Amino acid sequence: MNSQSDAVPESFDSQGSAPAALSATRPFYWSVRRELWEYRSIYLAPLAAAAVYLIGFLISLIRLPEKIRAAAGVDPAKLRAAIVMPYEFAAGLIMVTTLIVAVFYCLDTLHGERRDRSILFWKSMPVSDMTTVLSKAIIPVVVLQLVAFAVTFATQWIMLMLSSVVVLGSGLSVATLWRQVSLFEMSWMLLGHLLIMHGLWYAPVYAWLLLVSAWARRGALLWAVLPWLAIFAVEKVAFNTSYFAAMMGRHFGGSGQGGASQGMSPIIGVQFSSLGSPGFWIGLVFAAIFLAAAVRLRRYREPI
Amino acid sequence: MSVIEARGLRKAFGTTVALDGIDLRIDEGRIVGLIGPNGAGKTTALNAILGLVPYQGELRVLGRDPWTERDQLMRDVSFIADVAVLPRWIKVSQVLEYVAGVHPRFDRGKAEGFLAKTDIRSGSRVRELSKGMVTQLHLAVVMAIDARLLVLDEPTLGLDILYRKQFYDSLLSDYFDRSRTIVVATHQIEEVQHVLTDLMFIDRGRIVFSCSMDEFELRYVEVMVRPEQVVAARALGPMHERQALGRSILLFDRGVNQKLDRQQLAALGEVRTPSIADLFVAVLCNKPGNLAGGAQGVAR
Repeated sequence: MNSQSDAVPESFDSQGSAPAALSATRPFYWSVRRELWEYRSIYLAPLAAAAVYLIGFLISLIRLPEKIRAAAGVDPAKLRAAIVMPYEFAAGLIMVTTLIVAVFYCLDTLHGERRDRSILFWKSMPVSDMTTVLSKAIIPVVVLQLVAFAVTFATQWIMLMLSSVVVLGSGLSVATLWRQVSLFEMSWMLLGHLLIMHGLWYAPVYAWLLLVSAWARRGALLWAVLPWLAIFAVEKVAFNTSYFAAMMGRHFGGSGQGGASQGMSPIIGVQFSSLGSPGFWIGLVFAAIFLAAAVRLRRYREPI
Repeated sequence: MSVIEARGLRKAFGTTVALDGIDLRIDEGRIVGLIGPNGAGKTTALNAILGLVPYQGELRVLGRDPWTERDQLMRDVSFIADVAVLPRWIKVSQVLEYVAGVHPRFDRGKAEGFLAKTDIRSGSRVRELSKGMVTQLHLAVVMAIDARLLVLDEPTLGLDILYRKQFYDSLLSDYFDRSRTIVVATHQIEEVQHVLTDLMFIDRGRIVFSCSMDEFELRYVEVMVRPEQVVAARALGPMHERQALGRSILLFDRGVNQKLDRQQLAALGEVRTPSIADLFVAVLCNKPGNLAGGAQGVAR
């Protein structure tokens, strides 16, 4: 393309690196902050989900003393289910919310900057396309998961406090409650689950969505889904098999890695051991390829 | 030292040739007006200089290859693409915070100083500002960046006359000094005429004319010829003739016809320096190729 390949002349180079005291991580840090300014749903949506859930939980507290009394003599498993379930359900709701936010964020972010022409402003700053795309990729992989964790952690503590007040108010001992609900243990499991499953295992999905977002002129959601449906359909018609769908299901459905469907129950060891599976690393390789393609595309992209 | 240097710069979109082998050289301390009709290739040329589009041929901006080194280059180059590139959701304070975060040569205090002279409040979001205010904000940011090259592509498009005048006034008084270089592409030729040091006409992907403003004033003469002198005036070989208010206005290129002096022309009618717009029309009406001044496109 460009015929010249000679090195940058000395005089310019020395000028250019003089204020390089600005470390390489600063543009990255500010690019991530920028994402949080633009997409406030990253933290507002989980907070809203938590708030809604807490309202429901508050109402349900009326029946809590009665539940504890009823379950006191019977099966400890039942007691546990009655008391612990709401906490797992809160975690699940916030998890699903952040997952939805992540999908829509990834589909919109590289598309939106072209739609509103602001890409020309961002590109007028000394921030590389790589830094920009990576700062966008880290949102679903790390930032959203940490937000989900923090919101869930706070929500569960509020739930436990509210429950304790109600239980004490009705003259019962909080010992049963606190024995059953082991928040710290739950939190560690949750954090592992969020970062490993929702962050890293799903990274190729986020990366794919970012790529589509950088590529599509319109209808990003369609372009994100249709190719995979097409592969599935072709395989089904041509060979009457569905290995592809099964493979995807195994990878993201989580049956092998202690999946989302099982809530908080899988122990953390299962999640860490999944890091050794080839599927995990193949997924990350795909994520890297998709992100590299997105970086390249962004270089060529102009406002829509 | 040249700030921008291009040789054989080409860019085609499919079968449409946007840049057809441009050679140019822009030196430090110049304010160059890039002037051309719609679709002439102005924006493509500027985008190539800014590293926004790939191109063929040779291009160096501040010694760098803009396409492969855009992020490095943007430490020394600022640009305002047109009025609507600041994202609508961002707050004024966030713009300053962000640029201060990523740009090593941004002086936030300076930008705040510029903004203090306007009605823009730091808590406002861009979507709440008027078009003129958004441009003021962008200009305030850009002027607070200690860049060596500023590229403006139709910066005052859609602004009312007050803002347009203010824009160039503050650019000249608060920003420009001899160590900076400004390249501005615009349709509004009249309002940049007094600002420019150099002039470049671009048409159909080629630079069809270029000269410095000093040269322009020395070289081109417009005569509003008295009716009885028209035949005599035409014999002197004007490069262009037009009618206005019932009189013939002839444009002469004294670079081609050295013998023409002002006294001789004054005998024919009222003599004055043409506007850039008039010269632009004259150059574009003549066939490209046999132009006065040639198409080497060198602005010094």
